[in-house]
Amino acid sequence: MADWIIDVVSWTLLLAGGAAGVIGGIGLLRFPDFYTRLHAAGVTETLCALAILLGLALQSGLNLATVKLIIILLFLLFTAPTATHALARAAMVDGVEPEVAEDDSEPTPGEPSSNT
Amino acid sequence: MRYIISLTLVLAALWLAISGVYKPLILLLGVGSVALVVWLSLRMEVVGVEHNPVLFSWRLPLYWFWLVWQIVVANINVGRLILSPGRIHPRMLSVPVRHKTAVAKVAYANSVTLTPGTVSLLLNEDELTVHALDTRSARELEAGTMAERIAWLEGSATEQK
Repeated sequence: MADWIIDVVSWTLLLAGGAAGVIGGIGLLRFPDFYTRLHAAGVTETLCALAILLGLALQSGLNLATVKLIIILLFLLFTAPTATHALARAAMVDGVEPEVAEDDSEPTPGEPSSNT
Repeated sequence: MRYIISLTLVLAALWLAISGVYKPLILLLGVGSVALVVWLSLRMEVVGVEHNPVLFSWRLPLYWFWLVWQIVVANINVGRLILSPGRIHPRMLSVPVRHKTAVAKVAYANSVTLTPGTVSLLLNEDELTVHALDTRSARELEAGTMAERIAWLEGSATEQK
């Protein structure tokens, strides 16, 4: 019985993680500019990774592999935002202007950039 | 000295957890690699430099649970935006950063990036520039719940806001 519940939970997590990965990929293709695409990539590196690694940890049970999976997850959650920030900052410094919605009070610089 | 010992212990625990092979030769190699890393860290003068009591607080796991919940909620929001991309409303905004320590500021900027819908672009002494995907993500950030949580994590929640 307990095994059955663990299987159901872990498969739910694995499928949700897979779905998040696919949705992140769709967003990466659909979104208009560099910065909005970063948000789509964020879905794959947070929810997708989180759900898949937790699902795998439940599948493997209490052993060394689970410890490794948790360590991977921790490192990922520390490094992924750092990498995203590095990318965004590099783009800013390089002069890629974010596409900003028109009806906004923020000062928006001219034409939306096309070199994404 | 305290930091050297704690670094050695953490590295040894990490090595034992990742290796999983406990034969004498392999263990010796592990000891050697831990010693090498500690020596390199000492040469680089990074041991204990980033020490912060926040790292050992009971509040950290609580904050992580809260953050994971925020990540899930934000992911559902962004996922829906991806499926109907006409509703995105990207904008830039700046939020004040009132935390005192560098670790808290970086934790704040990282948490902002970690929740999809907001990406931190620039972090100054007292201001964080953020790119938000839609109005809802921007509002949630401007409401300042996350900044308060970080202040609570830092232990300065009582300070005037």
